[in-house]
Amino acid sequence: MAKLHIRKSNHAMNRSLGGDIGINIVLLIFGAFMFLPMLYTILQSLKPLDELWQYPPRFFVRNPTMNNFKTLFSLMSNSWVPFSRYIFNTAFVSILGTFGNVMFSSAAAYALAKMKFPGKNVLFKIVVYSLMFHTTVTAITNFFTMSVLHLIDTYWARIIPACATSMGLYLMKQFMETSVPTTVLESARLDGASELRVFWQIAMPMVKPAWLTLIVFCFKDLWNAGHTIYIYTEQFKSFNYAIQQIVTGGISRQGAGAASTVIMMLVPIGVFVLTQSNIIETMSTSGMKD
Amino acid sequence: MSEKTETAKRAVNRKDMTKWQWTLREMKNNKTAYFLMAPFYIIFFTFTVLPVILSIFFSFTDFNMLEAPNLIWFDNYIRLFLDDDIFLLAVKNTLVFASITGPGSYLLSLVLAWFINELPPKIRAIMTLIFYAPSISGNVYLVWTYIFSADAHGLLNGTMMNLGLISTPIAFLKDTDYIMPIVILVALWTSLGTSFLTFIAGFQVVDRSLYEAAAVDGVKNRWQELWFITLPYMRPQMLFGAVMAITQSFGFGAVITGLVGFPSPDYCAHTIMHHLEDYGNTRFEMGYASTIAVVLFFLMVGSNVLVRKVLGKVGK
Repeated sequence: MAKLHIRKSNHAMNRSLGGDIGINIVLLIFGAFMFLPMLYTILQSLKPLDELWQYPPRFFVRNPTMNNFKTLFSLMSNSWVPFSRYIFNTAFVSILGTFGNVMFSSAAAYALAKMKFPGKNVLFKIVVYSLMFHTTVTAITNFFTMSVLHLIDTYWARIIPACATSMGLYLMKQFMETSVPTTVLESARLDGASELRVFWQIAMPMVKPAWLTLIVFCFKDLWNAGHTIYIYTEQFKSFNYAIQQIVTGGISRQGAGAASTVIMMLVPIGVFVLTQSNIIETMSTSGMKD
Repeated sequence: MSEKTETAKRAVNRKDMTKWQWTLREMKNNKTAYFLMAPFYIIFFTFTVLPVILSIFFSFTDFNMLEAPNLIWFDNYIRLFLDDDIFLLAVKNTLVFASITGPGSYLLSLVLAWFINELPPKIRAIMTLIFYAPSISGNVYLVWTYIFSADAHGLLNGTMMNLGLISTPIAFLKDTDYIMPIVILVALWTSLGTSFLTFIAGFQVVDRSLYEAAAVDGVKNRWQELWFITLPYMRPQMLFGAVMAITQSFGFGAVITGLVGFPSPDYCAHTIMHHLEDYGNTRFEMGYASTIAVVLFFLMVGSNVLVRKVLGKVGK
């Protein structure tokens, strides 16, 4: 967490000591508000049963134990659909959906950012407008569309919509516009490279930060996906859904519940830590013109 | 074919063509562009654009997924606004909830990103992670149910009772006086997401030499730097961040349900999102649910357009 210090700044002008201290105090307060509940989740997962139920409750753990995780795993091995199946479901859907989203978004973004053709502006505007509404609006009607297309109760009900997110196209297009120099593409075209080759062999390697960002955003959504109305067969349901089901069975499973939350959160956080600088680079080009 | 000769040819030919002929020709010349866009846009239209159009259509019918829909015109809208008290309550709750979490999350993201930007790079990365983590950690917000738990073992109740502040535990998540403030607090806790990252990135790309020039021109402190240089420079990021924050503020239905259950006690945290899910997923009244979806859609897009107009004036 941030500690108070006199900063070695990147632009030291116009900085008062009082302001520096004030900023650090604000960051400390909000940092605590954000971090302590996360820490409490981890501590709860390590508490033995008597500490979970002691009065007065303590924030920290005295005798940390892995028992909650053991309970969780034994609950998992007793479920009637083997847990490996839920893990496979989430992995399969996440990998295919993420792969599709990166591929389709990049291809469309390349055309919108680096080619000229009729309809270009309208097609991009629709995507920008679609950023303005949340998917709750479309979820119910999509149930109808999916039943017409016979997608209900298949993996595809999760995978196909994840393959074309407005966020994916938007970020990719903005990044390509700023980070891929048109002159490089032009000279490749002059050398006789086809448009597909220019896209795949020249533009794509240049936008690595953007596809890493898409991978993280898309993966985290699919990983965290729980219950959905599109899937009702138990064998097709997600890992997150299953893990939540087994820990909601009564208060005695509170420790196992915390353990499951820890497992679920470590994956997206780990992925973010590895890719943070790439994501920040991508987001720096995400600006919207008015 | 090289770009130059191609443009030259177009310039000559365009005069002899009608607008349609020219457009058609351009489309043929750019077949690859349409080929590259096809997979994305086919899926995008089917699952993002089509549902909006279908919702508007279904909202004028009594569709229930089993029988063919009958046109009933404005009956759904009349029922929604005149006969459905719970819906009106949901509208009120949604407006209260969104007008606090939307601007709240936006300002929090902006101010915290600004402060974090003043830190050295390594600490900056750690602080970014701490603030961003709750928004990507799935259902970690459920930890607040341990904190606000209604018995003496809950962290807040237990601690307050131990200190002698209260004698009996408070049922925070069942008491209608506490529910709304608590769900707003937790929503804000999970809300430092995409817009926060956008601001973190935005502050980093501001041209450093602008600050030096400004110092010469008489900018005296960091507040003036922020107002006169950074914010105008970051306008595109601020607009994008606003869109993200507003859209997000209408998407916290799952957080609310996770904390206080569905339906919430006395419907005190019942939002339009819940009403929509209730009629769509549980009762399968597709026509009526579509009407709710249409109202929600215009509410979201409307507030976005409004806020963009306001933000457009910043720094002008």
